[in-house]
Amino acid sequence: MKKKMVTALLAVSMLAGLSAVNVMAADDGADTITVGFSQVGAESDWRTANTESMKSTFSEENGYELIFDDAQQKQENQLTAIRNFIQQEVDYIVLAPVTETGWDTVLQEAKDAGIPVIIVDRMVDVSDDSLYTAWVGSNFKLEGQKAMAWLDAYLEAKGRGDEEINLVDIQGTIGASAQIGRTEGFDEAVEAHDNWTTLAQQSGEFTQAKGQEVMESILKQSGDDIDVVYCENDNEAFGAIDAIKAAGYEVGGEEGQILVMSFDTTNAGLTQTLSGEITCDTECNPLHGPRVEEIIQKLEAGEEVEKQAYVDEVAFAADDTVTKVTVDGTDYEITPITQEIIDGRAY
Amino acid sequence: MMKQKKKMTSSGFLLLITIVLFFAMYAAGMVIFADKGFAKPQMFLNLFVSNAGLLVISCGLTIVMITGGIDISVGSVTALVCMVMADLMENKGVSAYVAVLAALLIGLAFGVVQGFLVTYMGIQPFIVTLAGMFFGRGMTAIISTDMISIKNELFLKWANYRFYMPFGSTNKKGKFIPAYIPPTVVIAIIVVLIIAVLLKYFKFGRKLYAIGGNRQSALMMGLDVKKTMFRAYVLDGFLAGLGGFLFCLNSCAGFVEQAKGLEMDAISSAVIGGTLLSGGVGTPIGSMFGVLIKGTISSLITAQGTLSSWWVRIVLSALLCFFIVIQSVLASAKKKK
Repeated sequence: MKKKMVTALLAVSMLAGLSAVNVMAADDGADTITVGFSQVGAESDWRTANTESMKSTFSEENGYELIFDDAQQKQENQLTAIRNFIQQEVDYIVLAPVTETGWDTVLQEAKDAGIPVIIVDRMVDVSDDSLYTAWVGSNFKLEGQKAMAWLDAYLEAKGRGDEEINLVDIQGTIGASAQIGRTEGFDEAVEAHDNWTTLAQQSGEFTQAKGQEVMESILKQSGDDIDVVYCENDNEAFGAIDAIKAAGYEVGGEEGQILVMSFDTTNAGLTQTLSGEITCDTECNPLHGPRVEEIIQKLEAGEEVEKQAYVDEVAFAADDTVTKVTVDGTDYEITPITQEIIDGRAY
Repeated sequence: MMKQKKKMTSSGFLLLITIVLFFAMYAAGMVIFADKGFAKPQMFLNLFVSNAGLLVISCGLTIVMITGGIDISVGSVTALVCMVMADLMENKGVSAYVAVLAALLIGLAFGVVQGFLVTYMGIQPFIVTLAGMFFGRGMTAIISTDMISIKNELFLKWANYRFYMPFGSTNKKGKFIPAYIPPTVVIAIIVVLIIAVLLKYFKFGRKLYAIGGNRQSALMMGLDVKKTMFRAYVLDGFLAGLGGFLFCLNSCAGFVEQAKGLEMDAISSAVIGGTLLSGGVGTPIGSMFGVLIKGTISSLITAQGTLSSWWVRIVLSALLCFFIVIQSVLASAKKKK
């Protein structure tokens, strides 16, 4: 018995030793800025690109030490990670929250410890706005506005500016911030044009299957009248295109065809844009790293920062009919898509 | 009599391994990651802060596992409790006290129904609590699929209240920061102690071990097996409700996906803490150390900074294997004697 006990204890200490065999921490130079980043997970290409952007921005060469934690889609893990960051006395905490809710306690702890928190992507819903320093993410409404401004210019250029245009909006998951912003952009533009009519507005839940299903039912009711389908992400667009083709209609930007618009500019989405099936694809930029760094540098210099910072986003079109649109007095470029652009993109 | 004594020593041995392992791991962390806050008392206390709810839930699970049963509904009960509390306070305008009462009642109700089905209807605990798991998660979604953020003032006051310790650490700027624990930790530790005393020194506890060790002989000794087991499930359900409340104090929100897989964390903590799945052996103190080990592994991996956090799962699985092997070695050694 005693012998066994000794063996077991040896095994225990070996295990403990194993967990301890780790690279010694990089020495904390006086001017290295330590950033703790708690990421949602790695559920999509978009998310992976988001992570990579942070990792390449906060690299050692740039004078940072990044402590990265993947929460595997669990808020509990993020709460634990943030508490660890606080004890490690990181200089900044970057949080891509799994959920919008449930951050009051832990953000209060960070605030008490004097560590600025920068939220990326999704917003947090907290009782006190001073619990975080800044938010970096996409301006979904502007995305919608840009897309609709492109549509306006495109139809004008094709000589259909005064024609009756019937539009369909396949919305995202109702309540998601991307859906709210993109639908707003759509609604405002339709309202501003007397000759534009919304035939149908239904949720495709951001998925290909649901997008296809919704499009099929709309085609059955009013297939011959549809001019434009506005899909609120690429997956819905794929489903909608399948449905349109299956129903015997053509997709494309010419008169008599059904024009498909989309968002997110994923690799697959842009490939469809290149083939002309999606006529315009508006970007949802996951490369948050540089914007976050900008904020951190401002804070380091003791400057004030904006509470909300949007990442720069572009839009791609199948052809060069329209290369520039204006929203609220600002010009935005619309880039005709090429294979080189697709190959050169990070996601 | 001889057999009884033997069992206690094997149980004590498992507990000893768990405790040694925990301190070895933590000490290793303190040496390697001293500059990453591991040497700070708050880092240690955070193991409790982040896992207060899990501690209480693991205690409940230990109780039913000692009887040879299992409860996989606890994660869903936690989600349901959080959602009901959030919904009551935010949408129905109910006071925080009533919401807490509702949380405890939900746990109790799960315990009573599941306990009845397991003990008096003789259905497998796995199946009963699997149904409970589906029901809890389903009801959570029925109440609301939205995320509800709790903004009730009194509730947030509880959540943000701290008991400051006389010790602490100095930060980079040389400022002294006292260590603290929130009320959730105090409640969790009290619960662990109460259950530990209840199991060790009270009739109820001893009956549990007797039933788990050998149900047939417990029956023949004239123990009220069914009643005791029923009570075990009721207590387990109540602790799941209480644990859910503590969980909610940590996250201040209710939504469907919350606490997914928490039941597995609780079961693995109990097993690492020396609880036998076959029943008869286990202590709440051991399960507490099981939870602390899980917390330490994830802290070590976060501190390391570059390892994928999936390593937490891999190390845990290695530990589980290790403990199960030790358990079966002990069991076969017992048989030989």
